[in-house]
Amino acid sequence: MANQKVMIVGGGLAGLSAAMKLAELGVHVDLMSLTPVKRSHSVCAQGGINSVNEVTRQQGDSEFLHLDDTVYGGDFLQHQPPVKEMTDWAPKIIDLMDRLGVPFNRTPEGFRDQRRFGGTLFKRTAFAGATTGQQLLYALDDQVRRWSTEGKIRLFEAWDYLGPVLDDHGACRGIVGQDLVTMEIRAFPADAVVVASGGCGLIYGRSTMSMVCTGGAASRTFQAGAKYANAEFIQVHPTAIPGADKLRLMSESARGEGGRVWVPRKPQDPRPAADVPENERYYFLEERYPKYGNLVPRDIATREIFNVCTDEGLSVEKDRLCVYLDLTHIPRHTLDIKLGGILEIYEKFQGVDPREVPMKIFPAVHYSMGGLWVDYERSASGGLVAGSPKNQQTNIPNLYAIGECDYQYHGANRLGANSLLSCIFSGLIVAPAVANLLKGSKGTATGQPSSLFETARTEHQAAHDRLLRRPAGGENPYLLHQELGQVMTKSATVVRHNKALGEAFEKVGQLAERAERCSLSDTGNWTNQNVVFTKALKDMFPLAKAIVLGALQRDECRGAHFKPEFTIPGVDATDPAERRRLAEAWCDRFEANTQKWLKSTIATLNEGEVALSYEDVDTSLIPPRPRLYGLVGAELIEEVWKGRQAAKAITPPAGKNPSAKPAPKPAAVH
Amino acid sequence: MSDSHTNGHSHGPRTFEVRILRQDSPDGPSYWERHRVEHEADMNVTSVLQRIAARAETIDGKKVAPVAYDANCLEEVCGSCTMVINGRVRQACSALVDKLLADRPDEIELQPMSKFPVLRDLCVNRRRLFRALEKLHAWIPVDGYYAMGPGPRQSEEQQELAYPLSQCMSCGCCLDACPQYGKIEVVRREGETDQQFAARENAIYDLNFVGAHSISQVIYYNANPTGKLNAGERLDALIAPGGIQVCGNAQNCVAVCPKEIPLTTSIGRAGRETTKRAFTKWFDR
Ligand SMILES: Cc1cc2nc3c(=O)[nH]c(=O)nc-3n(C[C@H](O)[C@H](O)[C@H](O)COP(=O)(O)OP(=O)(O)OC[C@H]3O[C@@H](n4cnc5c(N)ncnc54)[C@H](O)[C@@H]3O)c2cc1C
Ligand code: SF4
Ligand code: SF4
Ligand code: FES
Repeated sequence: MANQKVMIVGGGLAGLSAAMKLAELGVHVDLMSLTPVKRSHSVCAQGGINSVNEVTRQQGDSEFLHLDDTVYGGDFLQHQPPVKEMTDWAPKIIDLMDRLGVPFNRTPEGFRDQRRFGGTLFKRTAFAGATTGQQLLYALDDQVRRWSTEGKIRLFEAWDYLGPVLDDHGACRGIVGQDLVTMEIRAFPADAVVVASGGCGLIYGRSTMSMVCTGGAASRTFQAGAKYANAEFIQVHPTAIPGADKLRLMSESARGEGGRVWVPRKPQDPRPAADVPENERYYFLEERYPKYGNLVPRDIATREIFNVCTDEGLSVEKDRLCVYLDLTHIPRHTLDIKLGGILEIYEKFQGVDPREVPMKIFPAVHYSMGGLWVDYERSASGGLVAGSPKNQQTNIPNLYAIGECDYQYHGANRLGANSLLSCIFSGLIVAPAVANLLKGSKGTATGQPSSLFETARTEHQAAHDRLLRRPAGGENPYLLHQELGQVMTKSATVVRHNKALGEAFEKVGQLAERAERCSLSDTGNWTNQNVVFTKALKDMFPLAKAIVLGALQRDECRGAHFKPEFTIPGVDATDPAERRRLAEAWCDRFEANTQKWLKSTIATLNEGEVALSYEDVDTSLIPPRPRLYGLVGAELIEEVWKGRQAAKAITPPAGKNPSAKPAPKPAAVH
Repeated sequence: MSDSHTNGHSHGPRTFEVRILRQDSPDGPSYWERHRVEHEADMNVTSVLQRIAARAETIDGKKVAPVAYDANCLEEVCGSCTMVINGRVRQACSALVDKLLADRPDEIELQPMSKFPVLRDLCVNRRRLFRALEKLHAWIPVDGYYAMGPGPRQSEEQQELAYPLSQCMSCGCCLDACPQYGKIEVVRREGETDQQFAARENAIYDLNFVGAHSISQVIYYNANPTGKLNAGERLDALIAPGGIQVCGNAQNCVAVCPKEIPLTTSIGRAGRETTKRAFTKWFDR
């Protein structure tokens, strides 16, 4: 219908791919972003983007195995149909990005080169030097620029999304935004709104994320009534470089290209790394996980590095926890070609050449698997119904979420190089979903009574003015942010304990109250970064509460969520019969735990307080199985487990579809 | 966890001074202001600005509004945080305090970029830089976004030539340092709409120098096997007013580019190709 338009909030990979695809479908797009879109956080992604490819296919790989690795890596917490659709699309997405001009690394014959990332045995990851995210983003930014010169996309850069505008029926009719320069607050009518605002790492103070990753936009959508799912699943990346302002990522590709993680066997060995002889080095990942070696999934690498430093006291330095990530055995030229960009980052920020001296690294908060709850429509073949308006729609009609700010693809733990994929994928599929929604809708947002928008605008204006008028001498928002970061980092990262989480929940509540008493050091109405930050800070608390409460209530271990009190110990007996019994008991416990906890956590806000409920997960394509990486007695447990699965396949439980086996790869629909 | 990171040893002085050229609004006067900052391990200029924002107090104890600045990635890849630090245009996030103090022990001096209109303090308006990319058709004009197989095959050599150019993050350092790139400040007229103002601004930008970064981008897109198909379009835009002929070959640009992009090589190539283009067009007349 004429005069219909879509507002996209965020111009990272997700927002830009949605914008360009919508423009192609003939839908008018407005796009709002805090930063110029070319400066979005997606530029930080270094390592690469996953898909099955011709080479891995001939080594036995398939879209189905990519799906399997993704859900296994995610500890089965994600609905499988969207993931299946994503992994089916992945090869086409890489092809598309190739056509858009992304300078992917090449083989001598001129094909795209691939590397291996964690959580898989195949070289599935395409990459462009060590700046894959930057290159992907620029290619999409180019296309959006092309459309915007034609007037099909309008960019509102340096604007802050303050929240959606909902009508009397609770349907979304637009948004309210604020110009970061003039501080003007304006309502934007829109027939559909797509939130693509990225992650929320700044809730943890310092993380590997960029400065705008406050989660503010997702939180404002949550506060408007959208469900927020799996908040407690926060990925801590095993390898980051410490800094006063940021914990800079050292990409997994450093290990993908052969980097080895180790500590001296002698605690705090004073010798320089190069002088520690081979037999006095403890390559703890390789020793404990011979199959995956340094490329175990992220949650496991993180925990091992964390434990080696804390419980085992083997940190390289005493005052500052860290382990070595060593590339010095790889030829310089190879390193420069394959990892140039990320090694430069280390050199630039640490002043040491990692080609000569092993890097010192430690885990840091990196990615939020949880996010705005979104829907999908399952197809008969177990994927998605193409173009269904349900795909990526939140529980608020006409309001969609894509990219890192949705919860859809990564379950309890994200595999490396799968996020760039899910961002572009969700952007591309939300476009036909929204286009079809618009086709089916009567009337336009601009046709709504103007009072709807004026009321919403005035409310935000009043809140803004109140904040500026706060009396002096109150709380300092920057210091509160530091406190919040410390509480969150201590309680809700690598290892989680109920006592600490309970205390953290109270503490976060107190901080939230104190945040209401913030005083601003800038009370003007021109490029006031102080008030913009204070708003973002206040909006961190609902998400922080959802994270901590989700973690507190989830009494189990799953993916990135690790509670030592609730681990299921391995089989360490020696007597064969006893071993068998223990393995059976292990499987019983695993099954009971799956029954109880294989559920998405759904957070809603009830009069300002976070309330949790739990929702079943669609595991119809691949039945959940235990993740046994490195567990004592893993072989035996696996044997028992497989026996049980085989028995079940013969006598299916009533009402359950026995052919949980995947359907063959469906013909491409797009 | 990350708490452990702050326990690193700090050498150097306990505090240091920062002198900042501030400006409250685009048409307001600029003025210097001094701040004192406590030294921490692994500090960069962005973290200095974070500490200043948290304190919001000058060296004389006067309460002031936080200094406005841009930053996002904090790892020199987004191009946000360009400013003039100790007299040199560069990224604030990769300007390490210990190195700056080693070169000039008493203080760190911060100014906004000189060639772009100041919005406030260290924030400038760099829309002109993105406009140049529009003018020069800096994109691959694909047929559409349906699946049509992979892009053209490319040699490793092609990739290794293209990749350095693809890393341009539109920071604008090369423009700030260029003697041929003048400052243009278009002031909004009374009653002008957003669209009218943007159109007038674009028209003015288009008559002025596009700058080294976008010349290099033309070489980048023209080297792509698909981009090549409309190379002529980009070269034409590069010959138009404000194009490559404005470059005086001062080579300041290449010296300041934080991504070490071979700008003068690109400019040289663009010069040859535009000349060739002009000739063929002249003969084809
Ligand atoms: C250091 C690092 C390295 C990574 N490497 C990889 C990798 O190799 N492979 C991989 O698959 N993944 C990687 N990831 C993860 C991946 O980069 C991100 O998940 C992904 O880029 C997120 O994209 P996005 O489009 O969802 O959001 P972003 O790129 O974060 O974009 C968010 C957009 O929303 C806008 N926005 C936010 N809030 C507001 C608001 N209030 N108002 C208006 N606009 C707003 C922002 O301006 C921005 O344009 C990495 C992440 C990090 C931190
Ligand atoms: S070489 Fe050209 S673009 Fe570079 S600084 Fe000199 S005049 Fe400017
Ligand atoms: S060419 Fe270099 S200095 Fe110029 S905008 Fe690009 S990255 Fe910045
Ligand atoms: S903050 Fe991105 S370049 Fe400095």
